[in-house]
Amino acid sequence: MRVRPKEYQVNDTAVRILVPSGMLGAGFPPHTIERGIALGADAIAVDGGSTDSGPYYLGSATPKTARAQVEHDLRILLRAAADARIPLIVGSCGTSGTDAGVDWVADITRGVLAAEGLELTVATIYSEQRASSLVADLRAGAVHALPPAGALEAATLESCTHIVAMMGHEPIEAALRGGADVVLAGRATDTAVAAAVPLMRGMPAGPSWHAAKIVECGGQCTTDPRAGGVLATIDHGGFTIEPLDPATACTPTSVAAHMLYETADPFRMREPAGTIDVTEATYRALDDRVVRVEGSRFEPAPQYTVKLEGARISGYETMSFTAIRDPHIVANIEDWAALLHRILGEWVSRTLRLEPDEYAVDIRLYGHNAVLQDRDPATVPAREVGVMLLVHAGDQATATAIAKVANPLMLHLPTADMDYLPSTAFPFSPAETERGAAYEFVLNHVVDTDDPTAPFRTEYRKATADV
Amino acid sequence: MSETLGDLALEVRSKNAGPFWTTLELFMRDEAGYAVAADEDLLNEDVIARLYGAPVDQIRFFRIPALNVVKISFPRVVPQGGFRDRDVHSGQHHVPLAALTPTAAGARNGADG
Repeated sequence: MRVRPKEYQVNDTAVRILVPSGMLGAGFPPHTIERGIALGADAIAVDGGSTDSGPYYLGSATPKTARAQVEHDLRILLRAAADARIPLIVGSCGTSGTDAGVDWVADITRGVLAAEGLELTVATIYSEQRASSLVADLRAGAVHALPPAGALEAATLESCTHIVAMMGHEPIEAALRGGADVVLAGRATDTAVAAAVPLMRGMPAGPSWHAAKIVECGGQCTTDPRAGGVLATIDHGGFTIEPLDPATACTPTSVAAHMLYETADPFRMREPAGTIDVTEATYRALDDRVVRVEGSRFEPAPQYTVKLEGARISGYETMSFTAIRDPHIVANIEDWAALLHRILGEWVSRTLRLEPDEYAVDIRLYGHNAVLQDRDPATVPAREVGVMLLVHAGDQATATAIAKVANPLMLHLPTADMDYLPSTAFPFSPAETERGAAYEFVLNHVVDTDDPTAPFRTEYRKATADV
Repeated sequence: MSETLGDLALEVRSKNAGPFWTTLELFMRDEAGYAVAADEDLLNEDVIARLYGAPVDQIRFFRIPALNVVKISFPRVVPQGGFRDRDVHSGQHHVPLAALTPTAAGARNGADG
């Protein structure tokens, strides 16, 4: 379809970005959006995903959030953006930013726009990558490992069910200039969604990127993250930040501390185009709830790179769970678990004729040391212990068969010094729960690209016209 | 009764920094608490390697006096969400660090009790 390009001014003195929450679908008090609009927001930006909940969402291309959650948030944000005539930008749609995730959010958006009678132009930016194209990049020496990853094999790329590249602000900026009112981006850096509008309207890179990092989790940089999001005002000398809820505060400590959050290095952060450097940044309270930040820098990189994320199926899992309250078994729980593990191996070898390298079993003693294992500093006696058996195999039927072989052991295994068979406390019938495909992240690499928009594909759709 | 780093802190927390890194943060109450946590004799790469099984040469320390914060990052021992990962968000890995008892360093800095 034909969409009219938009002119954006670059002689602004300041650009204001409203971030309603840390993630689309997390919810927010509606009055905080009204307040952000009243304060003069120039754009609404919100992150739609993360790798933080593990490889399943990328590997299976399914979202972590419920459709109704995303629809609830989009209804409020789309109406606010339309009324105020400002762009709405969503990054990492559908949790992992796969093409299916973008289409999922686009479909929800289409429904909301139709129901609300809003005519907005929606751009979708797809970030999924073809393994064959990346193999060519690999062979050309354009793919580089990030620590702690090692060199990449072509077969690893080809084994992924989905690979996404993390876009910077450039494809988002291009979509806005191309006429989009709403930008639904695939995988994007957490910062790119909030940095795009300040950068395209001429704000300096240091404050734009630093502000974007501070607001990426919404209210996390305030004294009460539950009260809603924040408004960042970026100008030529720095940025100011305040919570959207008047009863909540940003303090120099709450703002500075957010640079630590989910980052390995709190002072220097790589984006596709360069590195945010906040080593010299200063944080100053303007009043009891607004903070001013100055001194942020951005160092352009000699080579533009995009980061890749890829997940593949590692096998199939079946879980079984029982619980032990008997004080004698609990007192000898590690010996009991070791015995269970050993006898299970013998029975699997005898009945299923599987070698040890054809499957894996993890016995987790919840209530005893399941979480930190031998790194746990405490050794208090447990009153009851949950025993999770997790089986991993090349196919689901094998994983379940192994869990079934384990069942009589999990139910009746005595400790070595017991001369009767105990019965443990199974909470479920059937005892086995099939977890389906198990996924693993296998990429921690960047690929060189000289055109920041080239790895991404953008489509435009005028709402209501094609509903 | 010896105080732990957790007792001296406002918060000790842990989290993923992407799928392949865990990061730990000690938010200390005041400068005295920070002096304890930032003491390289008490808390250093060798201690973290022992507590977490992390490779000593890849452990990263950030001592931030302006925030009374010590931050430590290291590669995950098991990739996030993989078969043997028992803490997908690295959310409970702060406990061994918080349980450290800085008796000697605390006495030297006058920060005990």
